[in-house]
Formats: sequence, structure tokens, C-alpha cells
Amino acid sequence: MTVSSDLDRKFRDAALALGLVDVGFDVVDSPIGPLFVAVSGRGLAAISFDTDPDDHLERLARIAGPGVLRSSKAVDRAHRELDEYFAGRRRAFDLPLDLRALPPFTTSVLKELARVPYGETTTYGALAARVGRPRAARAVGTVMHRNRIPIVLPCHRVVGADGDLTGYAGGLDCKMRLLELEGAR
Amino acid sequence: MQAVTIPPFELFYEEHRAEVLRVLRRRLGSDRAEDAFQETFLRALRAYRRLEHGAHLRAWVLTIAQNVALDTLRRARPWGELEDSGAEDAEPAYAALAHLTDGLPPKERAAVVLRYGYDLSYDQIAAALGSSPNAARQATSTGVRRLRRRNTP
Repeated sequence: MTVSSDLDRKFRDAALALGLVDVGFDVVDSPIGPLFVAVSGRGLAAISFDTDPDDHLERLARIAGPGVLRSSKAVDRAHRELDEYFAGRRRAFDLPLDLRALPPFTTSVLKELARVPYGETTTYGALAARVGRPRAARAVGTVMHRNRIPIVLPCHRVVGADGDLTGYAGGLDCKMRLLELEGAR
Repeated sequence: MQAVTIPPFELFYEEHRAEVLRVLRRRLGSDRAEDAFQETFLRALRAYRRLEHGAHLRAWVLTIAQNVALDTLRRARPWGELEDSGAEDAEPAYAALAHLTDGLPPKERAAVVLRYGYDLSYDQIAAALGSSPNAARQATSTGVRRLRRRNTP
């Protein structure tokens, strides 16, 4: 007996409306390909180019609680802000971020990262210097690599000292497209 | 018992939704089954973060469904006596100990089976029965006393 999509949606909407969902997630379309998006009660908890929920749900449950449920409504606002960003109509995101359970160094690097302005780039070394650890460029690279909320936390704006794009979870093409979108390249 | 990790709710829901709907349709018919389906999984989700382990989740959710169905039938006939037909669809939760617990009122039977058959906590039993943990403890001990009396020559 299959559950109709209508009934399924009604349950998901009711669960969200009653405040029973710890983390809502969905896969949304974007010009750079589909994105996995997750939002907790505290804010945006994940964006990923890997859209297989199985790769994310356990971790989200550990961070925010076991009430993890697919819900397009839960990610509605994030989806809208992303759409506006990709359409060139948004330069900064207003969503609160859920950065729970991160080590202090990671948190301070991500906070500095959030201040890198739209359309500009910085380097791993410069970011390291800004958190008071000028020799930790490599560790900053690792934090970028593990960034749970790419695009919104703009690790695509961080490049090598010689201007090389170096790397990106969504692929270098994707990093280039984001920088072009912002007029940084 | 070895602790079994509680899966993210989405996985639990996807695994059990079809069976829960089937059980509810058989019991209540298509129309009323839809509301009962929602209510079952909302009750489950409400209790989910209090679960102590992820074992026997199928028995647990089918017991919730069973009790939502009972509530639905009761609401439909508020003045009538509800015959005790609670056991027939909830095989997983009841069948194992059916021969021992036959004849107990539905809530007491569910409480006894979930406690001693499946080793669930009173929190989990409370969620399944739609009652408080205290009421679940009460139902369990009343059920056990009733069984003792019955089995004492």
C-alpha cells in the first residue's frame, strides 16, 4: 500500500507546523546543479553538492536531534534566498546559521569567512592571519574543505596565494561560476 | 540488551509508512485511515527524541497506530460500548505474548507486551498509548496484577 504524495505532504507539513521537526531538509534546483539543503530550528545547518540524503541524515541527527524529516517548507526561505543570489539579486544572506558542534578554531575561521565581501576574494593565508594564526593557512584550507554551508559561507571566495582557485567541494568549475556570477573574475 | 541506534526519523518513516497505512485502512476504511495515519506519525515524532534505543520500532509504531485507531473508533461511537477487538491487526506487538495476555483490556495488554515483550521504556510505551509515562507504568502494573490473579489457582 503506497502512501499518496498528498497524504505524505500533509503529514510533513503538519509535523513542521507543530514544531516537531529538529531538522528539515530537501534537494533544491540551482543553476550550478541540485543542492541538498537542511534547516534546523536554529537556522541553516547544511548545503551540499552531494544530494544523497543518506550521506547527511545521520550527522544532522547527531547535531540537531533525531527528528530529521524531508520538508520543502522547512527549506523554503533558504531556497528563496539562494534563488535570489543565483539571479544576481542578492549579495548577502539573511538566514541565521546553525554552527553547532564545531571546534572553536573552525567557528572563528567561518566567522571571518562570512565577512569576506561579495565579489571579492581573499587567500587562505590572509584568513589565517585574521583569526590570529598567520601560519595556519593549511588548517584554514581544511576548514574550507569541510565547510557545511558553502555558498552562504563563501569559501568560493578563498583562493591560493598566487590566485589559483585551488579546490572546491562542488568542483573548480562551480567555484569559477560563483566568482563570475559575483563579478570577481 | 545491546543499544540500537535510533535512526533519523525520515528513515523510520519511510520504512514503516506503507505498513501503517495498510493496517489503518483495514481497521478504519480509506477515509478515516488518512487522518489516523497523520496522527500516528505525529505521535511517534513527538515521542521520538525521548526514545532510549532504536529496537522494535516497528512494534512500537504499529502499537501507536492501533491506539489511534481505537481512539478514532471511540470518537465515532462515544455512547456505544467498544468491543475489545484491539489485537487483531497489531500482530507484531501482541502476537508474541498473545497466549499470555489474551483477555486483558487493550491498553494494559499493549503496555505489558511492550514492557516485557519488547523491553521498551515507560516513555516509549506512553507514546505508543498516547498517555503519560506514569499512566503507562500504571497500565503495565495493573495488567501484570490482573494476569497474576488470573493465573493463580
